[in-house]
Amino acid sequence: MTQDILREIIDYSNRADPYPLYEELRKTPVFHNGNGGPYVVSTYYEIQSLLHDPRISSDARNLKAAGDDPLGRSEEEGTTLPPSFLKLDPPDHDRLRRMTNRPFGPPHSPHRVHDMLGELGGLVSGLIEGIATTGNLDRIDLVDQFAYPFPVSVICRLLGVPREDEPRFHVWAETLAASLDPDPDADPAQHGKGAVDARMELGMYLAGLVEERRKDPGDDMLSQLATADGPDGSMTTMEVLSTSALLLIAGHETTVNLITNGMLTLLRHPEVLQRLREDPSLSVPIVEELLRYEPPVQLLPQRSTLSEIEVAGVTLPKGASLWLVLASGNRDPKRFENPDRFDPDRRDIQHLGLGSGIHSCFGAPLARQEAQLALSELARRLENPRLLEDPPPYRKNAVLRGPRHLPVACDAIRP
Amino acid sequence: MTGVGTHDGALERLKRDGRIVVVGASLAGLRAAETMREKGFAGSLTMIGDEPYEPYDRPPLSKQVLLGHAVADRTALPRRRAIDADWHLGVPATGLDMAARRVRLGNGDEVEYDRLLIATGVRARPWPNEEEGALEGVFVLRTRDDAEGLQRALAAGPRRVLVIGAGFTGSEIASACRERGLDVTVAERGAAPLVGALGGVIGEVAAEMHREHGVDLRTGVMVTGLEGGPAGRVRAAHLSDGSTVEADVVVVSLGAQRNTEWLAGSGLGAGPRGIACDAGCRAFDIRGIVTDDIYVAGDVARSPHALFGYQFLSLEHWGNAVAQADTAAHNMLSESSDRRPHLWVPAFWSSQFGVNIKSVGVPPMGTEILFTQGSRAERRFAAVYGYQGRVIAAVTFDQCRWLQFYEQQIETTAPFPPPFSTVDRRPEGNKPVPADFPDPSVPTHGPTITLSGYSPADRKMTFTPARH
Ligand SMILES: Cc1cc2nc3c(=O)[nH]c(=O)nc-3n(C[C@H](O)[C@H](O)[C@H](O)COP(=O)(O)OP(=O)(O)OC[C@H]3O[C@@H](n4cnc5c(N)ncnc54)[C@H](O)[C@@H]3O)c2cc1C
Repeated sequence: MTQDILREIIDYSNRADPYPLYEELRKTPVFHNGNGGPYVVSTYYEIQSLLHDPRISSDARNLKAAGDDPLGRSEEEGTTLPPSFLKLDPPDHDRLRRMTNRPFGPPHSPHRVHDMLGELGGLVSGLIEGIATTGNLDRIDLVDQFAYPFPVSVICRLLGVPREDEPRFHVWAETLAASLDPDPDADPAQHGKGAVDARMELGMYLAGLVEERRKDPGDDMLSQLATADGPDGSMTTMEVLSTSALLLIAGHETTVNLITNGMLTLLRHPEVLQRLREDPSLSVPIVEELLRYEPPVQLLPQRSTLSEIEVAGVTLPKGASLWLVLASGNRDPKRFENPDRFDPDRRDIQHLGLGSGIHSCFGAPLARQEAQLALSELARRLENPRLLEDPPPYRKNAVLRGPRHLPVACDAIRP
Repeated sequence: MTGVGTHDGALERLKRDGRIVVVGASLAGLRAAETMREKGFAGSLTMIGDEPYEPYDRPPLSKQVLLGHAVADRTALPRRRAIDADWHLGVPATGLDMAARRVRLGNGDEVEYDRLLIATGVRARPWPNEEEGALEGVFVLRTRDDAEGLQRALAAGPRRVLVIGAGFTGSEIASACRERGLDVTVAERGAAPLVGALGGVIGEVAAEMHREHGVDLRTGVMVTGLEGGPAGRVRAAHLSDGSTVEADVVVVSLGAQRNTEWLAGSGLGAGPRGIACDAGCRAFDIRGIVTDDIYVAGDVARSPHALFGYQFLSLEHWGNAVAQADTAAHNMLSESSDRRPHLWVPAFWSSQFGVNIKSVGVPPMGTEILFTQGSRAERRFAAVYGYQGRVIAAVTFDQCRWLQFYEQQIETTAPFPPPFSTVDRRPEGNKPVPADFPDPSVPTHGPTITLSGYSPADRKMTFTPARH
């Protein structure tokens, strides 16, 4: 195996199809380039067991040399926000995640996601109407016109951001998201500064909102996070802010790519697209298979070892940095038959697309719902959709991987 | 004879037009039947169950059903596929003729088999005094009917409920009562709830849970008698410490008895401790010889396990019933060289007082315990059990996402105490303490794992040495 395979994975020229590199990587289930780099784990069973291994830490402070962490980086740099639970270990992780879950999911809020269904449907229709009224069906950018704005609006509704503030929220979100993709053409100082400013403004805005909600709580998540006083006590303002920043970034960066990767895959598999058009309920297994086949989070780069651990015959020293390449595990032929085939009829599909263990995707039920709705509606309403560029231009980011634009054409938009 | 034996083509004939009979139409029976059809068994399949209902799920009976969140007749087990069986429901099997390969039914019918699967499970141990046990308001909890009756009695708002026995089921019942706002007393002969299953250290945590939730927990006491009112309704219970508890609902939760009586005299190695079988689910006869056409699965089975010193284990675990049924079904339709052992690592869950409890491995084998993650005081923790320097079991309270790791530790006979550090290790997790299991000869409510030594058959035999 080449010493530079990690560099190749990061290298933008391989972004459209990293899977051959992962296949190469799997030949050495635990890869280490020998000079202080991370230990890279690429096979299904090994990743799965490390995700449940209490000797593995997600606390960035345990990493000797802080690794690249595109999921969590933006929330801390240049701010004094405490780390979100994504980057904490138990018991702090458990406490914050539990408190965040109280207003979000079962057992205390079993209906939150379900109750948003109508609203999600409205957002999806609204965006598709928007595409229809621009009139230019010869070149639609499904990212800018659909997959990007959708999840941000969803987060706004979830947090309880007032409608009139949504446009500002969209701008902040976009600036922050852009800062996750290093842009070689931009002036680095300017690029970074925009993000810091956006983060400051977003933080101040949210802090203001938290104050308002404390006085006059509503049924939204922000009100409940700000006012909750459960068995775990209540969150400090800083904790509310770091948690909502996490929901914003993690919740929307990943859903954009899930939807975009999804449409791209469907356009490459027209027979599946046709089936989905005829039967919207097929979106459930399609999204599951997508999470395996083209997961939005390709790898988890920020874990470290608290003890010496043996994995597949390799001893990881204490304090080692770990990369868990989820997207590679998802295509491990030792786990899945014909792993490189996109097959929504697959029955045995316990993928790693949403992680596993205590850090498994917090927003999974919402992400699934969003993607199922988005894909089935796009399939139903776009008449004769065609991919204009294959592969489409990708985002820079190797971890949160997905097309930056997805240019398509269609004949008409059905009512 | 229809296709039994090892000669060429016999297996093919069995699969094509053999006769398979399953006795016990519940979780293990149904799952095995589904697997057999999946594996291409096209012959006749007969399901015999003494309950009048199609197979249903029991775990919700002591949880959602008692809370009134689910209705007992809506807990039917989901079907994974059609099994196209000949169902005899509401009819018990009453006898077995091993030589003629025939099962006798309570209605006088007889059914012939080429392969037999026994999955008759266990039943609730009744109150030992029959007359007292028959008083109105006295319940056990094993079946759908039991659950329905008990839930109705709880909904009627009794002034106090008495639960006798604080094992998993008894504790879940107490928890449901408290959630419904009912006053409840729990009487347990052992030193704490769950001691038989998880030992005294965890039992103490469980005891705190009961008390914090307002359960009137009495430990180290026995209920010596139940007293009825003039209308034949239970009114009070007398305890060995001289006290009396006034209660209008009494739930007897004293563990289970294996449903093996119908096999008495059949020559099968079946007795009060279950039906002994080999790791491939083939039943032993009373001479300790393995049969080739009779298989066992689920709560009624007891089989040797390599990871646990080849001890014969009886497990009252949902997951075991599913896994063992699958193995039995596979082996029933396989050549001997293709058979698989049932080497499932025991795993159990319970939910009570809002806490999710899970265990893997065989805690009662453990002599020491160590809290590896989380805190006993917060009642959120993972603890491992040690036996002769290795990890033999683990239990989690609201920490189940780590369980898979501990299961691997057990499977790889990892050293105890664990030599590594973990996330969320607290000071109390630095030193093992005695796990504090009661002397197994002192009865408690009955653990859900029974370790029953090495002997494949229970029945006593007179050994007459051959004379020259
Ligand atoms: C209230 C309750 C709560 C539970 N909760 C949990 C839990 O949380 N977690 C967990 O892991 N496990 C739990 N269990 C245990 C789990 O339900 C059992 O392990 C599982 O049901 C075993 O399945 P089985 O098919 O082997 O036996 P059973 O489910 O007992 O089925 C055996 C069937 O055979 C029938 N039968 C008996 N004798 C005859 C005969 N002679 N002829 C015909 N039919 C006969 C019986 O009536 C019964 O229908 C619980 C059990 C109960 C009762």
